[in-house]
This record gives sequence, C-alpha cells and structure tokens, in this order.
Amino acid sequence: MRELQSGRRRFMTIAAGLAAAPYVRTSRAAGTLNIGVWDHWVPGANAVFTGLCNEWAAREKVELKIDFITTQGNKLMLTIASEAQAGAGHDVLAMPTFWATGHERHLEPVDDVMATLIKQNGKVVDVVEYLGRQDGRWLAVPATPGSQIKPPCGRIDLFKKHVGLDLTKMYPAGHAPDASLADRWTWDTFATAAEKCRQAGHPFGLGLGQTTDSTDWVGALFAAYGAELVDAKGEIRVRTDAVREVLEFAKRLAHALAPDVSAWDDASNNKWLISGKGALIMNPPSAWAVAKRDAPKVAEQLWTFPSPKGPKGRVQPGLPFYWGIWKFSRNKAAAKSLLTYLSLRPQVEKLVNGSGGFDIPGFSGLRDFGIWSREGPPKGTLYNYPPRSDQIVAIAAAPAPTAIANQIYAQGTLPKMVARYAFGGESLARTLDRTESELEGMMRT
Amino acid sequence: MSVIAHADRIQAPPGAAVRRRKSFLRRRSTVAFFMALPLILIVALLVLYPASYAVYLSTLNKTMERFVGFGNFLFLFKRDSFWMVVEQSVIFAVTAVLFKAVIGLVVAHFVHNLPAKGQRKWRGMLLVPWVIPPAMSTLAWLWLFDPSYSAFNWIFAHFGIDPVPWLGNPYWARFAVILVNVWVGAPFFMIMYLAALKSVPDQLYEAAEIDGANWFQKLWYVTLPMMRNIISITVLFSLIVTFANFDIVRVLTNGGPLDQTQVFATWAFRLGIESNDIPLGASVSLFMFPVLAFAAIFILRDINRRGNEA
Repeated sequence: MRELQSGRRRFMTIAAGLAAAPYVRTSRAAGTLNIGVWDHWVPGANAVFTGLCNEWAAREKVELKIDFITTQGNKLMLTIASEAQAGAGHDVLAMPTFWATGHERHLEPVDDVMATLIKQNGKVVDVVEYLGRQDGRWLAVPATPGSQIKPPCGRIDLFKKHVGLDLTKMYPAGHAPDASLADRWTWDTFATAAEKCRQAGHPFGLGLGQTTDSTDWVGALFAAYGAELVDAKGEIRVRTDAVREVLEFAKRLAHALAPDVSAWDDASNNKWLISGKGALIMNPPSAWAVAKRDAPKVAEQLWTFPSPKGPKGRVQPGLPFYWGIWKFSRNKAAAKSLLTYLSLRPQVEKLVNGSGGFDIPGFSGLRDFGIWSREGPPKGTLYNYPPRSDQIVAIAAAPAPTAIANQIYAQGTLPKMVARYAFGGESLARTLDRTESELEGMMRT
Repeated sequence: MSVIAHADRIQAPPGAAVRRRKSFLRRRSTVAFFMALPLILIVALLVLYPASYAVYLSTLNKTMERFVGFGNFLFLFKRDSFWMVVEQSVIFAVTAVLFKAVIGLVVAHFVHNLPAKGQRKWRGMLLVPWVIPPAMSTLAWLWLFDPSYSAFNWIFAHFGIDPVPWLGNPYWARFAVILVNVWVGAPFFMIMYLAALKSVPDQLYEAAEIDGANWFQKLWYVTLPMMRNIISITVLFSLIVTFANFDIVRVLTNGGPLDQTQVFATWAFRLGIESNDIPLGASVSLFMFPVLAFAAIFILRDINRRGNEA
C-alpha cells in the first residue's frame, strides 16, 4: 500500500512538472545558437568576443556555442564552402571580403538588422556596402573582428634620413594632417622615396606575389589611377589609357622594391619590416604589434599613415569581414539579435580595444575610439590607421560585379600584370593581351 | 533436363537448403568478402561517393543551378591558363617520378649491399623524409628557400656566390618544387626496390657471374627483369600521387611566381574554392582521371600477364 502511494505521488509530481515545463524559463529557453567566427590573431581578442557573446546569451537565455576558425590554410573559406554545400553547420559564420556575395543564395537577408544598425552607427562605408549588399538586399552584417585597412607603415628614422620626410609631421597623431605635405604625398613621391630607400639599402617591402597583401596594395594603386580592369557593368576595360599609365608607373616602382617580391606571401612583408631591412610596407598594424614584442627598437620607429594620392584620389586598401546567417539556420531570430548586439557602439568599442586597434568597424560613426590615439610606442602610431578625411577605402578589382571581382582578386590578376610587365620581359601589349584573355575566362556564369 | 532439375529441387530433403547455406558461408571467397566488407564500405563512402559527387559537380554551371554536361571541360580546353597548368603538371609529375625512381634504385642498391648489422639503421634514417607529413617538411624547405632569408643563399654569401631566386624565378621555383617532391618521395621507391632486390635469388647472380657477366650486365639482365613488376607498380602509384600533389606546391610557392608552378590540385583549389567556382575546380581536378585510369589499366594488365606467364 505504501508502495502504491509512493508511485501515485511520483506520477503526480512528474505530471505536474511536465505540465508546467513550457512556462519555466531555463537557460536554454530561446534555443541554441552555433556560431563560427574568425580566430583573431591578436592575443586576448577572442576572449573579449567570448565575454560579450556570453553576456548576451545569459540575458537572452540562449545556449551559445562559439567556434573560432582560423584563416590559416584557408580553413575558414573551406568551412564556408563545405557548409554551403552541405546545407548544415553553424547558424552564423564569419565571411571575409567576397564570401558573402559568393554565397548570396544561401544567406538569410539582414535588411532589418542593417536598418537598425545604420540608424545607430551611421552610414556604412562604400567598400562594405559593395561587398555586403546585392540587388538592394543586405546579405550579411559587417563584422568588426577581422575588418582591416592596409595603409603604409613606414620607418620614421629612415624616412627622415633618406627621404627627408617627417612622417609624424605629415600625418601627426591627434591632429589634422599637414595640408601641404599631405597634398604632396602622391604615388610619384612614393616611387621617389622608394628609390631613395633602395639606394640606402632599405627597399620598400611591397609584394608582387599572388596572396592578398600583394593584390591589395596593387589594387589601391590601380584605383588611385582610375584603372579598372572590368567596370561596374561587367565590361572588360583593359585597353584604357589609365591602365597603360598605371602599368608604366608600377614598372618603375617595382624596380625600386625589395628583391624577389614576386615570390612574396603575406608573411614576407611583415618579416621584411620587423627585421629592420625595409623602410615601408602596406599592412594593418600586425607587423608593428609583432615588432613591439620581437624587435622593440624597430617598433619605436614605425608610423602608420594614409596611402599616397593618385590622379583619382587617395585610395586605401580595405578588407571587410562579415557575419552571415545561413538560410538553413534554425534560430535566425537569435542570430539577428546577437549580431545586432555585437554591432552596437559599446560592444564595438570593446572589440576594437580587445584587438589593440587592429579592427576597423564598417560604420562611419564608429571610427573615433580612443584606442588609436593611445597605442604606442611611439605614441599615436595608429592614430592615422582608421581612414579619415580625403581617403577612399576600396578593395582590389572593384567596381567590377563581385562574381568577377572575386576571381580577379583570388587569382592575383593585378600583381601578376605588374610582375609580368616589370620582371617578366613582356611588352605592354603582350601583358594587356594576356590579362584580357584571363578576364574573358572569368565572365562565365 | 529442366524437369529433372525441378523435380530434384522439389524432392530435396528440408535440411539441404540449410546445408547449402552453410557451405556457401564456409567458402573461402565468401569469408574473404565478408572480412573485406567493412573496408569496401569505407572505400565506397570515402572514395566512391566524393568521386561521384565531384563528377556531378563538374557537370553544373558556375552558380550550380543548371546542368551543363561537358560544358566546363569544353570551356577549360579553350583557356591558355588551363593548358599551361596541364604542361606544368606533366613536367612536374614526370620529372619528379623519374628522379625518384632513379634515386630510389641507386640508394636501394647501396643499402642492399650494406652489412646486415647496420642496414636497419640506414633503412630507418632514409625513410624519414617519407614519414614526416609533407606539409611540415615543406615548411622547413620554405625557410631554406625563403625569398629574403634563404639559408642556402646565406651559405652562398659566405663563398661570394650571388643569391639564387629560388622561388622568385619560374625555372628555379619549378626546380624547387620538384626537388622537394623527390626528397619526400624517393624513400618510398627505395624501400619498394629494396624489398624487390632482397627477393632476387642469389643463384641467378652466381650463374651470371659464372657466365662472366659484369655489374651492368647483372643489373640489366638479372636485377631489372626480376624487379619489373615492382618498378611498374611503384611508378604507376607514384605517378598518380604526384599528379594529385597539392601540399608541396601550395606551401612552397602557392603556384607562383606568375602561376608558373600551378599543378592540377592547386589550380583546382584556386578556381573552385578561392574563386568560388566549384564546378570548374571539380573539372580541373578530374581532368587527369581518365588519362591515369587508362595508364593504370594497361600497366596492371601487363603485370597480370607476366604474373600468369610466370
């Protein structure tokens, strides 16, 4: 009889529990969310990101799982490609440069999120819109971690000694640039400075290989001369005066660079500067940050400042990162909530601080954080890292339709053109013929 | 006749079917099949399925929404860059396999003639390049060939020799990738040839010696004919693997300079993954499949025929 009573009580307890379950708010009440984000190279940056995500997850009662995926060995790109193929994987995945537009069909539009964020954070810069929005629809949310600019980073002492130019005077920290010096900071001046530094035994370290650092600076140079290989309508524009002019200039510049630049990868330029051999590279402040740890004497002399100006303006190479929500995600509402939270000013500032100023937010209203003035030595070395005033941020191969631009970018068409003409013994006509043939192959749909 | 057989089946005692099933299960071929079944399933899952999927992908258009049949292959045949990759892959694979075979044969002879006591140590040491994962060992080679800090050039500088653009000049870069591939792959040839050498009966050499054969005649008329099958299989296997090589080129040159070291696998990756054109990448990676399959059929048929003759 006691057994029977006990059984009845247990049944009643379980039944009551089950009946009340839908009304009990547990830590997983809003479901689970699985996100894959870029594994930041700056120590501690991932911890800041995790902290912010966990705060949001606790507040929203979402069970959150974060995977940090490196871009080393293209692991992030392979993950994107395989998840798109499989139709399964993370709910949210980080996507660099052309990867959001490349997977347009598989991504959940985020116009609602972007409307909120633009209202809060200001306009989105052009390059971020070019790579994140297609046919009037936002495909992904601009991510702060990983978004970067690749401006020149030069040696203050070597420029003073061999070029006669004070970088800290031309682009000081905390003040507007010296108008007269900045106006004279053109690609022509750049080539002259490169030649002087080469003669002094400290050539500029600009790669002409087939990795992104090479493509990015050559892309900025082409854009500064208004040289488009393919225009916004998808028409090939190789045989223009602008392309001929920029190739002639690039040939002159290439001979003033470090030897073997056509074999350089994305680590070569950093090593060149950190070793003390080079007077300038074009890169985010990663080289400076490593030098601060491994070669402090070199780091003390490094100054980041804007790109030189060309006939069509001062163009900075920019590489935005995005967070895309897959269409197959089972928790799109939570994904949108998290991405909105991570893109608001207080969170963005924490992320930028956590990256030591490496990350550049994609919204124009979020480029005034104190970190860039504080970082050093030398103090203010990163003040001019976020683009300001007359600078245009662009990605190589823009404004071509992104499906074509992606191929120009990935196949290193621009640095290959320069290397062929400068070092390959090809005539200008042959280089243009060959490039045109390559571009024709990129037009297939 | 069929009526008798039918009657026989009807009249068979009930235990006969059970006995037939037992005998079927006891057959050596049946047992062997069941024992190999897990492996067959794994191969089907990890090799046949991806291979078939790659074939399917190669028949789609760039956005993977439309069937284009052989359209991707026809497109590739019209591209200069594709034929450049074909040429480079052939140069890379044929040269590397040739050197691996020659070096493997020479080293196998040396090791075979070493005293038995120290031979195991040498065998172990010579296998090291083959045992280390190529992506890792190629990183070490990358440091030796580094455009700005090459260890080789550093040594050359001590002797007043100009630095060599190992990875900056197309010809030197091709030399570098072939050299590393030979370094990694030669031990495989060495160990296969060594096993073959050990299986050649000493009596044949003794007979040849009595007939007055010199070392070259012994090699030509005794050793090589006895090793023919192993040489064929090793060359075939290595040719397939070398044509599919990815890691060495990817780590060492990334296909550069100016795409002059691109091979099928690296070019397929560049088009398929990096340029977001998976069907075209799949087509590039499948291009050599019929050629190598054709070669494999002929080589294996030849080996089989010789086996039957023996």
